[in-house]
Parts: sequence; structure tokens; C-alpha cells
Amino acid sequence: MCLGIPTQIIEITNADSALAVVELGGVRREVNVALLVEELPLDQLIGQWAIVHAGFAIGLVDEDEAQQTLATISDWEREEPAS
Amino acid sequence: MKLIDPFRDPEPIKSAIRHLQPKAISCADQLGRPVQIMEVCGGHTHTLFKFGLPELLPKQIEFVHGPGCPVCVLPRAVIDQAIALATRADVIFTTFGDALRVPGSEHSLQAVRAQGADVRVLYSPADALVLAQQNPSKQVVFFAIGFETTMPSTALVIQQAAKQGFENFSVLSHHITIMPTLRALLDRDDVLIDGFIGPGHVSAIIGEQAYRDIADHYQKPLVISGFEPLDIVQSIDMLLTQLVEQRCDIENQYTRVVKSKGNQAALNAMYDVFAIDSEDALWRGLGQIKDSGAPISNAYAHFDAAKRFALPVQNQEIDCSGYCDQVMIGKLKPSQCPHFGKSCSPQQPMGALMVSTEGACSAYYRYRPLMENSEVV
Repeated sequence: MCLGIPTQIIEITNADSALAVVELGGVRREVNVALLVEELPLDQLIGQWAIVHAGFAIGLVDEDEAQQTLATISDWEREEPAS
Repeated sequence: MKLIDPFRDPEPIKSAIRHLQPKAISCADQLGRPVQIMEVCGGHTHTLFKFGLPELLPKQIEFVHGPGCPVCVLPRAVIDQAIALATRADVIFTTFGDALRVPGSEHSLQAVRAQGADVRVLYSPADALVLAQQNPSKQVVFFAIGFETTMPSTALVIQQAAKQGFENFSVLSHHITIMPTLRALLDRDDVLIDGFIGPGHVSAIIGEQAYRDIADHYQKPLVISGFEPLDIVQSIDMLLTQLVEQRCDIENQYTRVVKSKGNQAALNAMYDVFAIDSEDALWRGLGQIKDSGAPISNAYAHFDAAKRFALPVQNQEIDCSGYCDQVMIGKLKPSQCPHFGKSCSPQQPMGALMVSTEGACSAYYRYRPLMENSEVV
């Protein structure tokens, strides 16, 4: 129910109503991005990744943080004794 | 797909499991029993089973599947209210697909739809306003359920309806909040939980600090987690680290999405439209939970379908099979319920835990053959 999918914001389609087109894996749809505008102004949202839930973007995805999470696990892999 | 695939890559997941293994053994030694971890959110339950994590993780870790699936805790009485509205000739009743098959005391929304009621499944609450615009002679009712993840969306739609003066749109709201629920669970003396995997998308809205009570008052660690298998394994590692070090903190594994303070725009909308934590709410399986309800506030009462259609107040849950509640608090495994797979299946659900794909029973039913195979191996 709280499913949210990371999608990329492609274009702003209606600035007054804060509507934007997002894409994931070639599928595009229009969603509401009003909940993001305190983080970034509308024109700077294009190209950003956002979690979409029930037609509303509920938060931006920070790509640097994503890389850091993956890097932590890579460090664990490197630390493992060779078998 | 970017931001998904790297978090599903089997090699790092296996490596992370090897990394946490000594901690799991050490924790279980300290406790003299397996570590009991509750994943609060149904989305996490689904990920656990879909990727077979309980079988890959050390046997010293046991999961208690939490109450965080809003569909699974929808009381029969609320479904009955929904049906009362949906069967009116002047109403177009709109809902998320998840709620369609949840049994009420006699029928589900799906059953009354088959008998001719105008029940429509929407992807977004915003679509309900479009329907209201297209059907001026009808009353369009949106059935709003869910935790804080979904509440801001409902709030924005109600704000928009108020701004544009819609007279034929209203919301049957059964939104509930997560913290009163966790408190109610921790106040029971028959639930054994050593730590929590916290809900990632609820936390994207409410932030990290909202959970402080769990660590400060109840002395339990909680790690907010993403929804991919690597996220969950890393969150378990972080929980075990706290347990080994005998710490209780609120930590955030899902830093790529969850900010410390949450989403302020979303919180503003929520607190404008809903009276948060202001009344007790009814939960299927758990009964009344103090302060967990978030009714539509007086300022937006015009859009409250329960008031517009003068529905009777529902504060008494109608008894169901008697086993769902025990599964929900982790006292019974789904497969230990006498109805499981016999009189209760995803095709013919008796209880809501079998309805939603995020329900513990549905996840067990769907992925059980996989688990049984892995046990043989």
C-alpha cells in the first residue's frame, strides 16, 4: 500500500497545478509534484529522481546517498577473507 | 533499472548476510533465544518473502510481521460503511484496488460492484476530482485509506476541491497513523520484539524524529529501511549492531529518500486537512487504538462523506475468525491458522491478511512452495 517507485522527472506539464511527466523503464505518466517544491523549484526538478506513490511524488531520491549506501556494502565485500 | 537493480544484486546481498552473521549469533547468545525483529510495513513483509530472505538469513533471526498494511487492518465496519455509500444510486464510489476484495460483515466492494454498484478503481485520489467534474449529476466519493504515505495526497485533493468549490465530491476517510499503533503494540505484554525495521515511505513524510519515543521510552532500536532486499539486509545489520552494543537509537538506512525532518510540504497539507492523532481508530485484529485516527478536520468537514451522508459512527469491530489478530501480533505464523489455505486463500479471503499482497498470509501463501523447497535443500 505504501509502495513507492523511483522515477525520473522528464518535464513540467502544468506549472500552476504542479503536474509533471515521470518515466520509469520507458513508461511515462503524469504525476503531481507539489510536495517537492519546498525542496527544489519546479524548473530544477527536471532530471531529478523522485519516489511516486498513488500519483503524487512524495520525496526526491538523493543519488549520492544511494551510491554511499552501495559503497558501504562494497566495503564489506572487500573486507571479507578470500575463500 | 537505475536505483532499483543494484539493490537487488545477489552478490552484495550474500556478502551483507555474511557480514551480519556473527552479530546475529552473538545477539541470540546474549538473549538465550532467536532475535525477534518486527518489520512494521507490509511492503517490507512482501520484499522479505519475494526474495526469500528469511531462508537466506541466519536462523538466529526471526520476523514478527507488523500491522503496517492499511488494507489488512481495515475493519469490517468501515467496509460496511463503504458499501452503504457504494450502493446508493446517486454515488460513484472510488477506491484503490487493494480495498476491493476486503470482506465486510456480509459483502466486499467487489461483490456489490458485480451486483451493479458503481465502484471504480483509481490509481490516484486526484482522478476522483476529474470524475466529479465529468459527472456533475453524481456524488463522487473517494475511499481514503492508508498511513502517512498516502495522507498528504488525499489532503492535497481535498484542498483543491475546497479551492475550486466542488459540491459533488467527498471523502470516506479511514486514514490511520503509525506511531500510536507502535505504542499500542509495545504496551501489550504478549508481544516480544527486540527491534524494528521502520517504514521507509511513511518516514519520507514524517521524518526520523517522529519515532524518538520508541528508543527513549520503550528502549527499542528502530532502523528506517528502504524496500529493496539489500536495504532490508543492511537495516538488519544496523539493528544487530545496536543490539550487540546495547544501544537503542533511531537510525536511517534509507538516506537516499528519508530526510531527518521528513517532508514539510506534505506535513503542512496533512495537518491542515486532518485532525492528526485526535481520535481513537478501529483496527481489524487489534481493536480500538488510542489516538491513531485522523479524521477530516472541521475546516474541511464539508468534504467528509461520513457527515455528508450522515453515516452512523462505527466504533465496534465485528468479530472475524479470531486468528487474524494472533497472526498480526506475531503469536501465530500464518500457516498455523486452521483456515490457512483451506477456507481462506487469496481467491476467497476470509481475513484481510489474505487480501493484500502485502499481508503476511498472502505472502506466505504465494511464496510458501519456494520456502518449503529451500527448507528441503
